[in-house]
Amino acid sequence: MKRWLVCLFIVLAARMAFAAEAPLLAADETVEKRLVAISEELRCLVCQNESLAGSRADLANDLRREIRKMIAEGKTDQEILDFMVARYGDFVLYRPPVKPTTWLLWGGPFLLMGGGLITLIWLLRRRRQLVATSGLSDEQRTLAASLLDKTDQ
Amino acid sequence: MKRFLLPLAAFAVLVVFLAIGLTHDPREVPSPLIGKPAPAFTLPQLHDASKNFSVADMKGQVWLLNVWASWCVSCREEHPLLVEFAKTHAVPVIGLDYKDQVADAKQWLEKLGNPYTQIAVDSDGRVGIDYGVYGVPETYVIDKQGIIRMKHTGPITPASLAQKILPLVKDLSQ
Repeated sequence: MKRWLVCLFIVLAARMAFAAEAPLLAADETVEKRLVAISEELRCLVCQNESLAGSRADLANDLRREIRKMIAEGKTDQEILDFMVARYGDFVLYRPPVKPTTWLLWGGPFLLMGGGLITLIWLLRRRRQLVATSGLSDEQRTLAASLLDKTDQ
Repeated sequence: MKRFLLPLAAFAVLVVFLAIGLTHDPREVPSPLIGKPAPAFTLPQLHDASKNFSVADMKGQVWLLNVWASWCVSCREEHPLLVEFAKTHAVPVIGLDYKDQVADAKQWLEKLGNPYTQIAVDSDGRVGIDYGVYGVPETYVIDKQGIIRMKHTGPITPASLAQKILPLVKDLSQ
């Protein structure tokens, strides 16, 4: 009986410890979710192919700390992104804004695709013209017909 | 023969583009702070924590802000050059000791020489973030009005000092 009581006590104590932790986790979760959402849009400047969310670099830790602080202060996502851009430039954004210096960046792929399409159409047209003009002469036609006749027999 | 000309020309263009790309340093990110006022800060000094260094103190002078740390390997590389430069007394060089231990920083300077007019201690890196620091060492040239005129990321080399920093400093000092 005594052993059962001890077991019950341990189970209850464990549940209480869990219950005490739960609300804290829930409160943090919204902040952490926003932190991840924002920092996935940002480039880590130390290891440039990683996002701020994924990077373990020291600077990335510091920047996540700053973002967490700003979220706690009630700043909007845009305000936080502006904070980062003001310090590190458009380069920190994985989706840079469309402006004169980034026109080529945004338009470049479409320019290349347009160039490719124009070349393709030009090539196809030229080929069709070649096929159309390379008809057989009357002499060749009768020869071909007689050859065909022979094979049919 | 003629049918090879077009692909060959395209290939040549590609090679030129790639060759230009190779000369760019991908770590060199243009700073949005150039032409903007140097972010204000007031931090304790390394050798006397009771005294502060403040950006406002430097108004009316052209000065260099050199971000360094005792744990930073490239800082060791540029240090002799900074020490030499400091001997010329061209402009004050202010050190920003970035995310460092005070004892380590002091020891480092004792061993390698102290080129700095004053050193501010940025122990948690908060000021570094305001300056957009992402790879120490970094050096800023700040004019008499307190505007950042240039940023050099990475160790200063004799070439970058002679060709970029010194001419700009001379220009701004007039």
